[in-house]
Amino acid sequence: MHSLTSFAIAAAQETGHAVEYGDGGFLAEWAWLLVIVPFLAFLAIIFFGKRLPREGGEIAVGAMAFVALYGAALFILNATQGVVFEHSVEISRIGSFAIEWGWVVDGLSSMMYLVVGLLGFLIFTYALGYMKGDVRVTWFFAAFSLFAGSMLLLVSAPNLIQLIVGWEGVGLSSYLLISHYWEQKENSSAGMKAFYVNKVADIGLIIGTFVVAIPVGSFRISDILEAVVGNAEAMETVAIVAAVLLFIGAMGKSAQFPFHVWLPDAMAGPTPVSALMHAATMVTAGVYLLGRMFPLYAEMAAQARMLVLIIGAITLIIAGLLAVVQDDIKKVLAYSTVSQLGYMVAAMGAGAYTAGLFHLWTHAFFKGLLFLGAGSVIHSVHSNNMSDMGGLRKAMPVTFGTFVAGTLALAGIFPFAGFFSKDEVLAAFNHEGYTVVLAVGITGAFITAFYMARTVFLTFYGTNKGHGHPHESPRVMTVPMVVLAGLAVVGGWVNIPGLYTGFTGWVGTRAHLFEEHHAESFDWPVLAIGLTAALLGIMGGYLLYFKDRETQQARDSFRIPLLWPLLEHKYYLDDLYLGGIVNPIKGPVARFVNWTNSYIFDGIVNGAGFLARAVAGVVYGWFDQRGIDLALNGIAFTADGAGGKTRLLQTGKVQQYAGATVVGAALLVIGFVIFR
Amino acid sequence: MLLNQFLILGALLFSLGIYGLLVRRNAVMVLLSIELMLNAVNINLVSFESFLRNTDVGGQIFAIFVITVAAAEVGIGLAIILMIFRNRTSANIDELDLMKW
Repeated sequence: MHSLTSFAIAAAQETGHAVEYGDGGFLAEWAWLLVIVPFLAFLAIIFFGKRLPREGGEIAVGAMAFVALYGAALFILNATQGVVFEHSVEISRIGSFAIEWGWVVDGLSSMMYLVVGLLGFLIFTYALGYMKGDVRVTWFFAAFSLFAGSMLLLVSAPNLIQLIVGWEGVGLSSYLLISHYWEQKENSSAGMKAFYVNKVADIGLIIGTFVVAIPVGSFRISDILEAVVGNAEAMETVAIVAAVLLFIGAMGKSAQFPFHVWLPDAMAGPTPVSALMHAATMVTAGVYLLGRMFPLYAEMAAQARMLVLIIGAITLIIAGLLAVVQDDIKKVLAYSTVSQLGYMVAAMGAGAYTAGLFHLWTHAFFKGLLFLGAGSVIHSVHSNNMSDMGGLRKAMPVTFGTFVAGTLALAGIFPFAGFFSKDEVLAAFNHEGYTVVLAVGITGAFITAFYMARTVFLTFYGTNKGHGHPHESPRVMTVPMVVLAGLAVVGGWVNIPGLYTGFTGWVGTRAHLFEEHHAESFDWPVLAIGLTAALLGIMGGYLLYFKDRETQQARDSFRIPLLWPLLEHKYYLDDLYLGGIVNPIKGPVARFVNWTNSYIFDGIVNGAGFLARAVAGVVYGWFDQRGIDLALNGIAFTADGAGGKTRLLQTGKVQQYAGATVVGAALLVIGFVIFR
Repeated sequence: MLLNQFLILGALLFSLGIYGLLVRRNAVMVLLSIELMLNAVNINLVSFESFLRNTDVGGQIFAIFVITVAAAEVGIGLAIILMIFRNRTSANIDELDLMKW
């Protein structure tokens, strides 16, 4: 059944009035603090970080603790009474377009505040232990705070311009953090790759912004959605184009095919960066944008919504397959993230707003947890490759336990968080009748379970193939993991169809209502098939990677011809981009541009320069030298002569001056007496 | 009334000051002459005040101001002369013609 999303809907539909929400009181009015604090932390760390005992980390953790608490307060406020608050301050004005800064507190943004704040706080704390003794701790925490601040600027944006500013800020700080170890060329290249790929996609976002803003006459998202909901005729012509362009922007940040190539390379950064980037701050931006503009996709641009659905489905399957062949534990998780983002985007494309955001919510917890676990392992064995790991179960019991919890959550095993969210996404596919996408989603669930089982067995079972003695990480790292493991278990219980569906109401608190499917009860066949697929995946991983865990021959024997090389080369996408775009531009195009530059443009410029010189010569000789200079020299000569004569009066003898003064005064007195 | 006598005294003192200012070669004496002129003015101020029976004693207050300024001026002037004397071992005002063209 269809129903409007929000808890006060039934009444609203009956009376025909818009739903009235609270304005959130002073908490919402002061929510700008939540955005400002990380930026202030950034400045404080830059200026004072080096002098502190933790080299600035404590400022960053403190700032994120504040954001987490404030985010939690807003979240609870919204969950209990429903808040829609928006405030904008005009900064400048271009024609009739106001450029504004402001903040929004509603269901969507308060959820993002909580996710960014909570994950940020836990990951920052973890980073205190992980980054200890690093070459650039202070700079790391400064850029980390900037990262979180940019994301908060993005999710708090009531207008598209501020959203773009936050969007680019996230891109910039991710570039800084990915190339944190820039001494090695491949790390700085990875940072640049992420930046460039995102930049290409950002062009879509920027053009889309103008396409959608010009007919409405405002950059404010609420004005745009007002026009969409009111079916303004001006919007109908641009809706599809704008929706597609905005989605291209979202594809870049949320690493959707074919823009996903930057994300696995972004693993070059320190592991806490990957955790934050994947769980909360960066890749969720695209899904957030789709959620923020959801009425546009749901109401007007149905064709664009199909594109969103198809891209999401393609991404979830191809990235899942890639995760199977990776040896680098972080790259497994990276492709896994791409795949899960595919689920979220496809859910948005299927018109299931709540399901997409619910998966974002649970994914933040368990993917953050998995990255922290991977970081803990890497911290211990000093290698990213699973071929250097194995048998860590006994040496690192806490890491092992939490990692397994994260794995079960990601694989979608009851009752972990991922089970509920993935099921809701699959149920939405089924309900809307996208059978092919549903099949893809179930296959994806199988693949997800398979590669996660593979990762666990290769990392924690069998014999240790690395060097040295692995050890458990310090408590500052394990405690955040334990907290996240708890959330990975219970995080999905906030939206159980038929039992408790609070989450649907929480994210449904929006200024503009829209229709979406809301599951009243479990879709039992889909649930059964999805869970079976996940269990089969774990079983497959068990058979292939657990049975011969001592020798681990399986990785070599399990090779499907044709598919394997395709996967190992990442579908040749990087080669295509390098050979098809980067190299031609570097080679012939650049040479042609250079030739054009040196012969045609330089010729024009030189010719113009020669002409200007000739004209200038004439002007100089006749006009300047003989006209102006003569007059000026004459004046100067006269002044010089007059000065030469009069300066003789300045003898330097004080008494002469005094005498002149007396004589002058006497003359004045005499004149006064005579002529009065 | 006794105004004339005081005015004549003031005029004499003033003339004496001008004479000293223009003729003396020693810088200290020149300064002294300036003080003489200032005091001549003070005599004029006080005597006019007394003659006019003015109730708001403006002239006398003005005289006190003149004395104050004169003290400050002598303080700075003597300091300058002292420094010049240390540098050039001379207080002869004719030799101090550096500030010319």
